[in-house]
Amino acid sequence: MTWRSPLALVRDALRGQRAREKDLRNLASNLPYEGLDKAKQPNRYFLGNGIKTTKYTLLLFIPMNLFEQFHRLANIYFVGLAILNFVPVVNAFQPEVALIPICVIMCLAALKDGWEDFRRYQSDNKINNTLCFIYSRKEKQFMERRWKDVRVGDFVKVVYNEIVPADLLLLHTSDPNGVCHIDTSNLDGETNLKQRRAMSGLCVSDPEFEPESFNSVVVCEKPNNNLNHFKCYVEKPDKEKVGAGIQSLLLRGCTVKNTDHAVGFVVYAGHETKSMLNNNGPRYKRSKLERKLNINVIFCVILLLTMCLVGSVGHFLWLQKLPSVPPYLVPNSNGHLDSPSLSGFYMFFTMIILLQILIPISLYVSIELVKIGQIFFITNDIDLYNEETDSRVQCKTLNITEDLGQIEYIFSDKTGTLTENKMVFRRCSIMGTEYPHKENAIRLAVLEPESGEEVIFNQRPRPPHTGWSLHAEDTNSEDTGYDHDNQRKSKVTGNAQSNVAFSSPLETEVIPDRKLLQQISRPDRSDSGSRKTDPYLDFFLGLAICNTVVVSTATAQRQRESVFSSSGQTNNPLDSLSNLVKKSASTRHIFTSWKYKPKRSRTVSEDSVVEEDHFNTPVKIEGSGVTDGLQTCSLQASSQCDDPAATSDNLSYEAESPDEAALVYAAKAYGFILLARTPDSVTVRLPSGEDLVFEVLDTLTFDFNRKRMSILVRHPITKECVLYTKGADYAIMELLSTPYAEHLSGKQKNIAADTQHHLDCYAKEGLRTLCFTKKIVTDKVYESWTVNRQRALAAMDNREELVMDTAVQLETDLSLLGATGIEDRLQESVPETVVALREAGIQVWVLTGDKPETAVNIGYACRLLEEEDLVINMSCKNKLACTSILDCTLEEVRRYSEDPRNVDTRQDIALVIDGHTLTMALSSDLQDRFVDLAKRCRTVLCCRVTPLQKSRVVKVVREKLKVMTLAVGDGANDVNMIQAADIGIGISGQEGMQAVMASDFAISRFKHLKKLLLVHGHWCYTRLANMIIYFFYKNVAYVNLLFWYQFFCGFSANTMIDYWLMIFFNLFFTSVPPIMFGIMDKDVSAEMLLGVPELYRTGQGAGEYTFFTFWVSILDAFYQSLVCFFIPYLVYQDSDIDVFTFGTPLNTISLFTILLHLSIEIKAWTVVHWVVMLASVALYFIVTLAYSAMCVTCNPPSNPYWILQSQMADPMFYLLCTITTVVALLPRYTFHVLRNSIAPSPLVQARRLDRLDVSTRDEWMKEWRSFRGIGQVKRSRLSNPPSPTLGTPADIHPQSPTASDIMGDDLTLNVISENFQRPVHK
Amino acid sequence: MVKQEREIGNRPDNTAFTQQRLPAWQPMLSAGIVIPGFVLIGLAFIGIGVALFVTSRSIQVLEMDYTGVEPTSPCFRCSDPDVKNCVCNLAFNIDTLFKGPVFFYYGLSNYFQNYRKYSVSKDDDQLSGDLDNFESPSDTCSPYETVGSVPIVPCGSIANSMFNDTFKLYQIVNGNEKLVPFDGKGIAWWTDYNVKYRNPSVTPLKNAFNNTVKPISWPKPAYELDTSDAANNGFINQDFLVWMRTAALPDFRKLYRRITEGDYAKGLPAGNYTLKIAYNYPVLSFQGRKMVVFSNVSWMGGKNEFLGIAYLVVGSMCVFMSIVMLIVYAKFKFPEED
Repeated sequence: MTWRSPLALVRDALRGQRAREKDLRNLASNLPYEGLDKAKQPNRYFLGNGIKTTKYTLLLFIPMNLFEQFHRLANIYFVGLAILNFVPVVNAFQPEVALIPICVIMCLAALKDGWEDFRRYQSDNKINNTLCFIYSRKEKQFMERRWKDVRVGDFVKVVYNEIVPADLLLLHTSDPNGVCHIDTSNLDGETNLKQRRAMSGLCVSDPEFEPESFNSVVVCEKPNNNLNHFKCYVEKPDKEKVGAGIQSLLLRGCTVKNTDHAVGFVVYAGHETKSMLNNNGPRYKRSKLERKLNINVIFCVILLLTMCLVGSVGHFLWLQKLPSVPPYLVPNSNGHLDSPSLSGFYMFFTMIILLQILIPISLYVSIELVKIGQIFFITNDIDLYNEETDSRVQCKTLNITEDLGQIEYIFSDKTGTLTENKMVFRRCSIMGTEYPHKENAIRLAVLEPESGEEVIFNQRPRPPHTGWSLHAEDTNSEDTGYDHDNQRKSKVTGNAQSNVAFSSPLETEVIPDRKLLQQISRPDRSDSGSRKTDPYLDFFLGLAICNTVVVSTATAQRQRESVFSSSGQTNNPLDSLSNLVKKSASTRHIFTSWKYKPKRSRTVSEDSVVEEDHFNTPVKIEGSGVTDGLQTCSLQASSQCDDPAATSDNLSYEAESPDEAALVYAAKAYGFILLARTPDSVTVRLPSGEDLVFEVLDTLTFDFNRKRMSILVRHPITKECVLYTKGADYAIMELLSTPYAEHLSGKQKNIAADTQHHLDCYAKEGLRTLCFTKKIVTDKVYESWTVNRQRALAAMDNREELVMDTAVQLETDLSLLGATGIEDRLQESVPETVVALREAGIQVWVLTGDKPETAVNIGYACRLLEEEDLVINMSCKNKLACTSILDCTLEEVRRYSEDPRNVDTRQDIALVIDGHTLTMALSSDLQDRFVDLAKRCRTVLCCRVTPLQKSRVVKVVREKLKVMTLAVGDGANDVNMIQAADIGIGISGQEGMQAVMASDFAISRFKHLKKLLLVHGHWCYTRLANMIIYFFYKNVAYVNLLFWYQFFCGFSANTMIDYWLMIFFNLFFTSVPPIMFGIMDKDVSAEMLLGVPELYRTGQGAGEYTFFTFWVSILDAFYQSLVCFFIPYLVYQDSDIDVFTFGTPLNTISLFTILLHLSIEIKAWTVVHWVVMLASVALYFIVTLAYSAMCVTCNPPSNPYWILQSQMADPMFYLLCTITTVVALLPRYTFHVLRNSIAPSPLVQARRLDRLDVSTRDEWMKEWRSFRGIGQVKRSRLSNPPSPTLGTPADIHPQSPTASDIMGDDLTLNVISENFQRPVHK
Repeated sequence: MVKQEREIGNRPDNTAFTQQRLPAWQPMLSAGIVIPGFVLIGLAFIGIGVALFVTSRSIQVLEMDYTGVEPTSPCFRCSDPDVKNCVCNLAFNIDTLFKGPVFFYYGLSNYFQNYRKYSVSKDDDQLSGDLDNFESPSDTCSPYETVGSVPIVPCGSIANSMFNDTFKLYQIVNGNEKLVPFDGKGIAWWTDYNVKYRNPSVTPLKNAFNNTVKPISWPKPAYELDTSDAANNGFINQDFLVWMRTAALPDFRKLYRRITEGDYAKGLPAGNYTLKIAYNYPVLSFQGRKMVVFSNVSWMGGKNEFLGIAYLVVGSMCVFMSIVMLIVYAKFKFPEED
């Protein structure tokens, strides 16, 4: 290395800084510069790939850690006090000893930090030394190097199953199409494979990639943390620019799958990679309790200062009163006495030192320890563990556990949160004709009970085939319903299927609609020429290709293996038996479902309002249905046999969103099988067995603004450019070539109108709707458009807008093909959870992007809305209307709730509001009125809201109503809301991990919320609140002993307790019990809390930690300290007692009082409690005895030698300790007893019930719920919950315009609703 | 369908501890349950209270103030600080036998031995016979550390202010004064005398005190505190030990002698007595009082009626509370509480 002047170094550093800060980076290949020294490297300014996540270095650990720790205000305070000890005028005797507590605490913290840092260092080291392949010009091949040697501008080869070392611009892959699959589960937890494609137009021509031939410049943006966006272009030597996006970027941390090898150009390395930029540690949130705690700490400071002032003034007056100099007054070293006023002034500071523990030094540490313990228990709760995904609840923010116990408002997303987000194709409408897919509906109805069968076996001994024989014998439907109901309940314990994302039989198998099957098979057989124009064909082609579904076979095998091997492990004979039955019956169950159909379909077809039924008689359906069902089965089977290479059974679809997968599976059921997808082509097998390969010209991906996606393909037969678009109905309908509801007549309009009608009906059923359209693009239009498109893609500035604009340009004049309805099933136990949360006094709001009809239906299904509820539907076009509606409703609601006659019969009001109206309602002038209205509503459904609106709603409610809010969601669109709420909960579901990453707690099912809040929230809150109150009490009670003594020692800040023992007292003797109390106390059992959700209300609002409770405990502390001081004082008055002999019983009494006080507070004594409590007492005696025995002169000013020993030999000591402790605790004890007897709080009553045996308890619990929950609970217990689809009679939501307009031919949901109404047998 | 045993690496342990299901005792504080407890405690306390009270009653105490503030007091003359070597006679009579062993205390009031700076003003190492600290006493002794540059032994304010009144008790038998023998042994803590305080192992003791001075207020050096008994000299002088154990409260008494010998082993018989007091210690500067106390002791130490009364009161309160609880229980009992 040559010597360089410092100036050059500085210049270089500045230049590097500038290069890194620039918006655009020009990167060139390193290869031409290989071997040159650093100053000549073109990319020398960019960070290397080595990472360092450690905070400290070995040498600077102590100063840096100290600096870090002094950021905490409390530490500064305590260190300040420690320093005060060394000020001479303060006359502290053992300043060194005063340092011990703060040193211990800071050492503990430093140890913890050091350990964590060491772990980080180790993992960094491991990562940095991982091997990878870098191209070397010398060796002319890829050489094995370590990750930390990777630099920007290098060429890196990643092979199958290897982790990508840095952010790579993909240049070449082993795949002929330039595709590379990656698994991003390390980054965002999404397990589906993602496709990345090599940059086109660079090196593709070569079969073997030659890095040395790469002589272009890569221009990319500044590093950012957005995992889904990347902008860059490659400028070739001939100045041609090729744009590239995230599609061509391999992110550090991903794993390469399904691809032999891939070569990429390093654009970002080390800390500048997207994954590292995304890597933030746990966040710090301040809990509500902690904010209140700080106020109380301030009160303590005031109290401390007051006491010091009393001491200081007292000392002054005491000195003043002395007639002359008594022998016990010690002059200072030069023989003079300070004036009384000066002494008094100094005494103030001495007093601060003496009484400093009034500010609980160990409280902050204890709280942290308690929270660690609480989190341990939360994450270890087996009820919050999801076996399917093998995931526990995760606590990402470590210090807001107690906030879980104070929630007043829950804002929930719908899809994926309340619902499974497992999409099941339900029905479709093609060219204005509705195909209800009844058979499929039945299948779903049957499939579901079957899934929980095993649990039933365990519950009640029944022959395993009952489920089947039941239908075969054509028993009446009550039994099936009963069965069904039972399944629903038992699913809690074991949800057997759907363990593989989007590929459970529930989602993958669709039974085609018979009518539709005839419809498509007819032209297919008759003449193949009409295929080009047949809208049915187009519809299914759209279903099959208009998506981003990746076809994979490898993963399918992998999954099957795991399933197979694990099922082999089961040793439960029942399991294997039922498995056998299941296998043999896999086709039979279709039969059975058909068999039991007739009865039901007759009843239902009477309600059918859509069209007249084409079927003549139900009986006939049965027959033809059976044959048809068999036909489809055999048809699929035969096609599987045709082509062993690509059997449809081997196919596994990996979709980014579950809707897409559901649609692809639906298309597959009709014989339109998506066989393969490459970036440039899609292969679809038609029902005829013919494979069509479409050339994909472009894909206009989905975004939240357009709410649609399109795919532009070239038809292999007609060679036309065809654009297939699918999207939300309102996003599609306005783009139709013949706009919906215009005066244009003709077929198109009818189709649109009919389809819209069907869509409305679908929505009312709670189905998710999608419209499919087609557009033929002429070559001329395509050519001109594609130029724009390329330009937009290569743009660096506002590329997103430009790309979107081009998409919008093309998506016009669409012609409607049809629409689909996809069912998103409610997650298990959602209604129960919602009801429980509501009983717990929590208002549940649903914020969804869906249509109001869908939302209302889901609302009924999950019991957010009840039959008797008054549903206010707010939807208005302009602000004026909005204002007046808001005013009127508010007036109405106010009048209603203020009417004395309605006190008992309060009707519950629900508000449904759409996104547009919400925007107006949240505007600053209407905000207050909206919040006022919302406050009076039991539930609010916000429909069609954007992510930003979601967070706005949360913020407004949180700020205006000053309540604790919780937001729960699963998707990227919930991230804003999750971050805006006091507590954000992410559901790790089907939509990736963005919500989870942004959340404070991550759960896997919505139902977990119930236990998380009602049990853990309640426990954490009461535990922590009680512990904090106790901590304050403890310190005040102890310190006051010293304070009272000042009145008898001339306010000279003397202590009667040995200094060391005083420190030990707080540090060891009385520190563990409260921590254990904070972690383990259990005021009410989990069963009780779940059974009586109302108990949760005790934590809401101020809860148990109020000024009142705080001051009561402070007063109690004063009382107890008075007793603990003055009883011994009166006993030892006028005796020959010496200072420390007097202090020893005081210390002992305090210990007993403080520990027994805690014993009164402890609600449940487990072994741990006993051990900790007894160990604390034992420790006190052992340590004190040992200390008094060993320390003859080791602690100069005080002389505790043999004092406790001599006291313990005196019977008076025990008599004194007994009576003092009893007197000190008697009031609290009596108060507790009287309160518990005369006016027991709900918690006390619950605890009382806890002691009863289980059956009695359940009985009481029921009675309690029906007694206490006036109205809502009672009603819902007695009356049947409304069914999700069948019955929302018009009078329930009078303002909903189309409420009575119901599609009635839905079979499944009717079945479900009947099942709902079955009473549960026992 | 089979419940598939998927990989369950993350599954929490299903133990009573992690699931917070440890068997627990849940005490329920309610009227019905605590009644027996209250009754029991109440009765026990009343019993203890009676015992304490009776014991305390049986203890005889005789207190006499001899500060000499009042002109009628026999020590009035001596209370003048200018008068040196003053002896005053305190006459008193005992009606009935003062049961032995009788403890004889001197008492001081308004004397803050627990004053912070005072109570630490000594050098423990010096007092445990460490010769190094003879040469350079600890700073805690300041300002009674050195005189000029000569160290004070024993240093510090406590030693310096040692109580130096002496007492002699005579019984008037037929007009003659009969000396009541005082037992000066074992009035200090055994541990103080044997462990904590040690004279340097130099013989004669006097040599250890070379190059040191006696405390300013002391009339004679430490090694001459008791000329009659060599084992009661230096730092292990019993009076010195008693004084060095600083009192907890400003009104205190300290044991001076016991009366255990001769004719008085059974106690002080009824009769007239004279206490001859060598009045040296000034207390007027802090409005203090001096007194002497005769007392006999029981298992519970000196006379203390408070504790007995306290036990009685608390015991009765507990009994009373149990009655209240009974009423509460009758009125508010829970149906399931049988």
